[in-house]
Amino acid sequence: MIICTKNMDYRLGTQCQFVQNQVMVNSEKDRASLLCMKALANRGRLDSVSQQMASHPQYLESFLRTQHYILYMDGPLPLHYRHYIAIMAAARHHCRYLVSLHSAQFLRVGGDPLWLQGLEAAPLRLRHLDHINKVLAHQPWLTARSHIQALLKTGEQCWSLAELVQAVVLLAHCHSLCSFVFGSGSDSDTIPTPRVHHGTPPGYCLCDAANGNTALSPPPAGPTEKAPRRRSLDSSCEVACLREQIQKSQEEIKERKADRLHSQTLLHADVEEEDEATFSADPSRFVTDPEFGYQEFARREEDHFQVFRVQDYSWEDHGFSLVNRLYSDIGHLLDERFRNVASLPFPHSPDLKRAIWNYIHCIYGIRYDDYDYGEVNRLLERGLKLYIKAVACYPDASKTPLCPLSWAPVKASEKVHVNLLVMEARLQAELLYALRAITQYMIA
Amino acid sequence: MFCHLDAPANAISVCRDATQVVVAGRNIFKIYGLEEEGFVERLNLRVGRKPSLNFSCADVMWHQMEENLLATAATNGAVVTWNLARPCRNKQEQLFTEHKRTVNKVCFHPTEVNMLLSGSQDGFMKCFDLRKKESVSTFSGQSESVRDVQFSIKDYFTFAASFENGNVQLWDIRRPDRYERMFTAHTGPVFCCDWHPEDRGWLATGGRDKMVKVWDMSTNRVKEIYCVQTIASVARVKWRPERRYHLATCSMMVDHNIYVWDVRRPFIPFATFEEHKDVTTGIVWRNQHDPYYLLSGSKDSTLYQHMFKDASRPVDRANPEGLCFGLFGDLAFAAKESLMTAPQSVGDVGRKTYPGGDRRYPIFFFKKPDVTEQFAQVSSALSVFESEAGSGVGMDWFINTAQSYLLSGKPFAELCEHNAQVAKRLNRPQESTTWTMLRIMFSEPANPSLSTNHNLNKSGNLPLVNSFSMKEMSAALNERNKENRQDNLHSLETNLNNNDENEETEGSEGQAEYLFGDAELDDDDLYSMEHDNQAAEEPEYLLPQEAFPLRHEIMDHPSAPEPVQEKPESPHVSGSETESTCLTPMESFSLISVSQLLFSPHLPPKFFCPIVKEMLCYYAEQGDVQMAVSVLIVLGDRIRKEIDELTQEHWYMSYIDLLQRFELWNVSNEVIKLSTCGAIMCLNQASTTLHINCSNCKRPMSNKGWICDRCHQCASVCAVCHHVVKGLFVWCQGCSHGGHLEHVMEWLKQSKHCPAGCGHLCEYT
Repeated sequence: MIICTKNMDYRLGTQCQFVQNQVMVNSEKDRASLLCMKALANRGRLDSVSQQMASHPQYLESFLRTQHYILYMDGPLPLHYRHYIAIMAAARHHCRYLVSLHSAQFLRVGGDPLWLQGLEAAPLRLRHLDHINKVLAHQPWLTARSHIQALLKTGEQCWSLAELVQAVVLLAHCHSLCSFVFGSGSDSDTIPTPRVHHGTPPGYCLCDAANGNTALSPPPAGPTEKAPRRRSLDSSCEVACLREQIQKSQEEIKERKADRLHSQTLLHADVEEEDEATFSADPSRFVTDPEFGYQEFARREEDHFQVFRVQDYSWEDHGFSLVNRLYSDIGHLLDERFRNVASLPFPHSPDLKRAIWNYIHCIYGIRYDDYDYGEVNRLLERGLKLYIKAVACYPDASKTPLCPLSWAPVKASEKVHVNLLVMEARLQAELLYALRAITQYMIA
Repeated sequence: MFCHLDAPANAISVCRDATQVVVAGRNIFKIYGLEEEGFVERLNLRVGRKPSLNFSCADVMWHQMEENLLATAATNGAVVTWNLARPCRNKQEQLFTEHKRTVNKVCFHPTEVNMLLSGSQDGFMKCFDLRKKESVSTFSGQSESVRDVQFSIKDYFTFAASFENGNVQLWDIRRPDRYERMFTAHTGPVFCCDWHPEDRGWLATGGRDKMVKVWDMSTNRVKEIYCVQTIASVARVKWRPERRYHLATCSMMVDHNIYVWDVRRPFIPFATFEEHKDVTTGIVWRNQHDPYYLLSGSKDSTLYQHMFKDASRPVDRANPEGLCFGLFGDLAFAAKESLMTAPQSVGDVGRKTYPGGDRRYPIFFFKKPDVTEQFAQVSSALSVFESEAGSGVGMDWFINTAQSYLLSGKPFAELCEHNAQVAKRLNRPQESTTWTMLRIMFSEPANPSLSTNHNLNKSGNLPLVNSFSMKEMSAALNERNKENRQDNLHSLETNLNNNDENEETEGSEGQAEYLFGDAELDDDDLYSMEHDNQAAEEPEYLLPQEAFPLRHEIMDHPSAPEPVQEKPESPHVSGSETESTCLTPMESFSLISVSQLLFSPHLPPKFFCPIVKEMLCYYAEQGDVQMAVSVLIVLGDRIRKEIDELTQEHWYMSYIDLLQRFELWNVSNEVIKLSTCGAIMCLNQASTTLHINCSNCKRPMSNKGWICDRCHQCASVCAVCHHVVKGLFVWCQGCSHGGHLEHVMEWLKQSKHCPAGCGHLCEYT
């Protein structure tokens, strides 16, 4: 069979072309939409996370590249493990959106559906990861050499250092992504969970049906029947409506309301099939010790938990070298992400940006010697501080937030920007703690 | 010598006369005296009950002119100078808080007493005049954080600065507006730089990309003249005094050693100091004119003085050896001369030796020993083993075998039979016999009878013989039982073992022959004697152990089949054609065949596994990995579990490698397909990339995905459903429209025309 399409003179779906012309407005938007279109065509769907990030195309690019690398490219962990770890990480914050997303992908890469019944159904090796997952998600400063040691202790269920590093990167990535999802409100936009019908082989996916590359029996209900209710499948004609959506998200907030309304109807529609859909939708089954959550990095315990000094262990000097050594190329990708988020055009002064970044790190007990933390109080209004803290530490839609999110940014893109900062700062914080623990393990 | 510090050190510096060293870190700031017997603490500069962050030092430098003057770079962005001559306890003299971020480096001017330079995370460098309260000039790198600043030693006005984005800039101290020169030295941050103490234009830089580079700045274009690849990111680099080509490095992460490199020999460090238990953060040569003492501070809270004579020399442990194949099968081998002086052994045919440095041969590139170069001179001798013309047997047998062996697709017995014949045809009797034996061992219980029938049919030209043997069966057995004392001792199984072993030993048939006293056994007398003796000595001998020595002996005589043909007592009851040709004395023949027929069905195939395993290993070790792998594949599950995965994988890899060298792609692919190792099977998945062109703009699709970068359209869209086709794409050769296989099939069931609407009458067959 030949896949070459050299001589094909296709007249594409007219819709597609129509949108094409419409979107070619400026290069910035074009770049974003191209990225989204690529993501859509690659994965058969465009998640709302990417849609949100589309307002910062250069960041989106490096984000997607990193995510693709850690989930699908070379690495010591098998694909289904990666998705399962992602599920575990997202479940810590009860992020239904990510849990169901990765559940579907877990099945698609051939994971055992049994595992999705809960953590206790997963292999022991993955369950061992639960502790460090818990700690990293909520109180990363507790990460210690002993955790690493316990995981690497030789035995039947042991982890190799390279595997562990990938797992840690994956965990940190997903934890921080939960913050973004929560902050941008994409969680309400729950995608339909993979329906595991009796008799439908595991790993079956509707997208495959649309591709025509499945030899399996047709699903009980044809994909076309469901298409109107579902988010886009793998279709180029639906690129049209998605492009519109991208544009909408790039435009201003009033669209957001409509979008939310839309998603509510989506939710409503899904209720009918709840008994089908509940499978794997409940993240709590992947969580042990649900009470464990964020606590103030208490000053009084300072002698107990040393403040993490960036000047002693920084991403640029130390974290990068270690992570890149144990999981090749990831350092460059993450470095690019941090750089990109730092160089995003920010409407306000760069001081504000630094204040936000340092405040998030401060929440996690990471301090900069060369920063006057009085600045944080001076530059960040209370609403913004509360918002940041809620997004960073309690990105859990299932619980009522400690306080109403009173921060109302002027622009949607500004909110996305803050969310990105939260996500990246949190990612770096978790990585720093985890990598420091690994360094300590390696020295001992 | 070394001493423990109270806290991790970040940097160290020595005073000019090399009598004192200052150690600075987050929680330490002390001066130690260098005495004969060790370090002696002289002064603690960290005073006050709760020291401020001004005491948390990222870097420290002792003035090289003024012995009471020190400067530190604080992590909070302050630059502090200290005057040891101050009478009070607090020696702090000046405090500059102009930098907004951590100051990474401070540097005194080598000859100007009052000039101090700092480089900070905020991207600025500042020059201070210590007589004034604030900086005299500020240099903006216009790029990211400054990691290091160094005054040139020879040029009064010049300094170099290295940056986090990989750049190195050269500045004139009189011109703060613009750098004189800039070049990209590394990918990623340049953590350190150091001017050569003698060579005016040389600058060494070290970066996160694990490289140390030496740049020549004296020319118009900055030129990289040396490059050393280390194993971890380079935190500090310091030229060694009095040694033009030597420099010392230590790393930022993971690696705790200090290396001294000869930049002309970038592959192996000239010397290594391995004392530290955590990363080394500061290195400094004790004296500017003494190349033998190196001081180092580390995160493990120790301060060391290393003597050069104590350094370990990795060169001494390295093996200067090389091995290479020539185009025509010659083999060149170079090794230390001392190792090569051993007399040539008998096996060395076609060996030519070239003693080290023999200049008669033009192939030698002979490097003239450099007197200044302190490198261990190693001279190697080169031997070339030439393959003899004519005696080069070639590998035709390998190719033939590979092509003719059947590995799957037929019942087990037939595969063995086929392969046995192939081997026989290629005049490889040993392999042939192995295949035959395998068939006998592992055939299903039903198969022996089948093969016997087969046998009967084959030897149908001797109907009398066969019928005779049938009749004699029981009689022979009885007779045997009577005559053979041994058999009484043996259980049924051991009895079988004997048989089996006889099979194994292929024609020797020691026991039976001996007992029956066949006169024609001249060849095998030895065997049978041994055999019997052994058997008598240990009545309950285990066969597998014994079978091996025998086997191996036979292996050494590749002419094994000839005895088979000469000797009438062929053991191949169910076996090869040899049987039909031989004329068998009735007794012996019937006996063997009887026992085989009677007992073989009871023997679990598993029983043979250890033997077969050994056999496979034997073949593999003999270099005939082809046999090992072929047997492995044909036997499949029967043997697979007996051999550990890694060994199997290793065999497969070697075989596949060989096959590919002989361009037997089909065979190698078949082997890959039939293998059961995960690692092997995935070989088929590698390099399966297909490069495609966009269907719209007809230019190559440069990146992954389904969207063309240039025309921003989805490539390869199904003409029926307009979705992207990921997977099988079927298209009409007439109009070149197509799409999902299923869709096109369905479409063409209903319509004759092309789904794209081009009007072409497509056909699907």
